[in-house]
Amino acid sequence: MSDNNTLLRTENLCVWFPVRRALPFGQKRYVKAVDNVSITIKKGETFGLVGESGCGKSTLANTLLGMQKPTDGKVIFKGQDLNALSNKEFKEARRDMQMIFQDPFSSLDPRWDVYRLISEPMYIRGGYTKEQMEAEVLRLLHLVGLNEDDLHRYPSEFSGGQRQRIGIARAISLHPDFLVCDEPVSALDVSVHAQILNLLMELQQELNMTYLFISHNLAVVKDLCKNLCVMYLGQVMEAGDTQTIFHNPLHPYTRSLLSAVLSVNLDEKRERMVLNGDIPIPIDAPRGCRFCTRCPFASARCFQETPQLTPQGENHLVACHFPGIGMEK
Amino acid sequence: MKKNSNNFFLRLWRHPKGRTGIIIAMLLVFCAVFSAYIAPYDPYDVTQRAEKGLAPSLSHPLGTTITTGQDIFSMLIYGTRVSLIVGLVTGICTAFLGALMGLLAGYVGGIVDTLIMRTVDIMLVIPTLPLTIVLTNIFGKSYFMIIFIFTIFGWTGLARVIRSQVLVLKNSNYVKAAELAGASRWHIMFRHILPGVTHLLIMSTALTSAGIMVAEAGLSFLGLGDPTAISWGKMLADAQSGGALLFGHWWWIVAPGIGIFLSVFSFMRIGLALEEMFNPRMKQGAGVRKLFKSLNNTYIQSVFDEMNEDDTPVASSGKEAVQA
Ligand SMILES: Nc1ncnc2c1ncn2[C@@H]1O[C@H](COP(=O)(O)OP(=O)(O)OP(=O)(O)O)[C@@H](O)[C@H]1O
Ligand SMILES: [Mg+2]
Repeated sequence: MSDNNTLLRTENLCVWFPVRRALPFGQKRYVKAVDNVSITIKKGETFGLVGESGCGKSTLANTLLGMQKPTDGKVIFKGQDLNALSNKEFKEARRDMQMIFQDPFSSLDPRWDVYRLISEPMYIRGGYTKEQMEAEVLRLLHLVGLNEDDLHRYPSEFSGGQRQRIGIARAISLHPDFLVCDEPVSALDVSVHAQILNLLMELQQELNMTYLFISHNLAVVKDLCKNLCVMYLGQVMEAGDTQTIFHNPLHPYTRSLLSAVLSVNLDEKRERMVLNGDIPIPIDAPRGCRFCTRCPFASARCFQETPQLTPQGENHLVACHFPGIGMEK
Repeated sequence: MKKNSNNFFLRLWRHPKGRTGIIIAMLLVFCAVFSAYIAPYDPYDVTQRAEKGLAPSLSHPLGTTITTGQDIFSMLIYGTRVSLIVGLVTGICTAFLGALMGLLAGYVGGIVDTLIMRTVDIMLVIPTLPLTIVLTNIFGKSYFMIIFIFTIFGWTGLARVIRSQVLVLKNSNYVKAAELAGASRWHIMFRHILPGVTHLLIMSTALTSAGIMVAEAGLSFLGLGDPTAISWGKMLADAQSGGALLFGHWWWIVAPGIGIFLSVFSFMRIGLALEEMFNPRMKQGAGVRKLFKSLNNTYIQSVFDEMNEDDTPVASSGKEAVQA
């Protein structure tokens, strides 16, 4: 599985948050935000991660970046197990990873001007002269489509899209190899989505970065990502090649997500599948398949046995006992 | 940052309340620094037997004392020193200690947090005035003692406020972003978290100073201040014991009263202006109620609670900048 092309991979990664017990001697309970997730991200690709709100996408991203300690399992970045490294080695390894935050309003210190915001990572790393830093900040500003007049303005003076550009400039200032984009446009006005996404794609070409692209919107992911992974309640439901998944979704959950996306192509007739109920709180996740409580096709087996991710054709993994059940033929 | 702090004073100056506060405070500072040049007589001179109990005139604008013939106007000018020094030093020390404890509790957390917060709980229930009386009896009467006691017992309210703000900032996304860029704990503490609470510190300094000025006058009136210094509280005590009321020398009483009023008023104005700047939607409350609360250490907590009621600090600072 691991070859020279792999930039990052996880092995049975689990992140469980302990929940305060109701009774002093009650059973210890956990929110299983990420449960047994194994993904592989190849160098230079854009890897998509989709799922409903609260399914553990951000938690997974934080764990990949070493911001959150995994309960179990490994994160292997460039062949090194991140959590086995010493503090110093870890900092060294993490220099190559950066993140673009979901919310551009809270991820920039409101008291800092653009120059300080963008130069902060360089300042922290050290080894830049004042002139170098200034030149670099200007270069980054132009790269993300802002100009030098903005240099001494504060985040509150910018629109959401512009702030996200500042966040992007910050993130790429240290030339990372791996960039996590945690729903980079979900907090922005629809009109600027395309601009920001295009910017990200241009930068990827130019700087040769690998993206983990998190989104709850399948339509966005479809155009950007080569590979895709669909999460539900902390577990991977379906993973593989984006085109394959879009044309042949085998997991009922993926199909429900797809049917929620308005299809531009009117010829393409797809059945509507609307889910009932809300996403359950992952404290008392169902024993069998995570999706069984909302799955319209659930049978007795789904409530008993957790389905494993099993290959269904080339580069296509599905965690369902009855892959493709209920599909119109 | 520099631009920001310039902005800060400019904004305070533009604020109508802030401007009156600043003007009066500057005037008082000027009096305190140049008392020796402003005061027409030596207020410590108690040998003017012939000049006892004079009514206000051109040579003695506020008359002289009945007991020793000191020039009241000169005493009033010199009294500024004690009031400002005790008020400001206590305000600054309190802010410093409160910030330190709040930052430690909030940022380090764990056992440090528990220890500090339990100390705060204990401190909050110890009454300051009886303790001051006991301690000045043991260690002698001095303004140092007053500053010391008010600092030791005054930091608790502020520490709580700072702590909760630090907890908010510590989990903010921009701190997370800095961590991701490899920032050390020091970098985060001094470049992100401390600047995020400075407005609270400045506000607290102004309001605490105002509160302490009243308290100082009260303690001096009760004879708990330095017996050799000239302070407004002591002038009031002298006036009372010297029979100012009996002889109808109201100016002897009104003069220090005005001094106390002006000093407290100016610092309250600055504090309130700051507060309105940081939280424009705060209702204008009764100044006296606030002053009373600031004496009880509960005031800043209540301001903070009101702030947090309807919006997060990040959002409010955004608005504040928009307003600027
Ligand atoms: N520090 C924490 N302590 C306890 N529970 C947590 C913690 N962080 C996250 N969780 C829980 O883990 C689950 C997954 O959260 P996460 O933020 O990863 O979701 P998400 O997929 O990123 O959602 P969104 O699309 O809204 O960003 C949630 O149920 C959340 O309540
Ligand atoms: Mg998220």
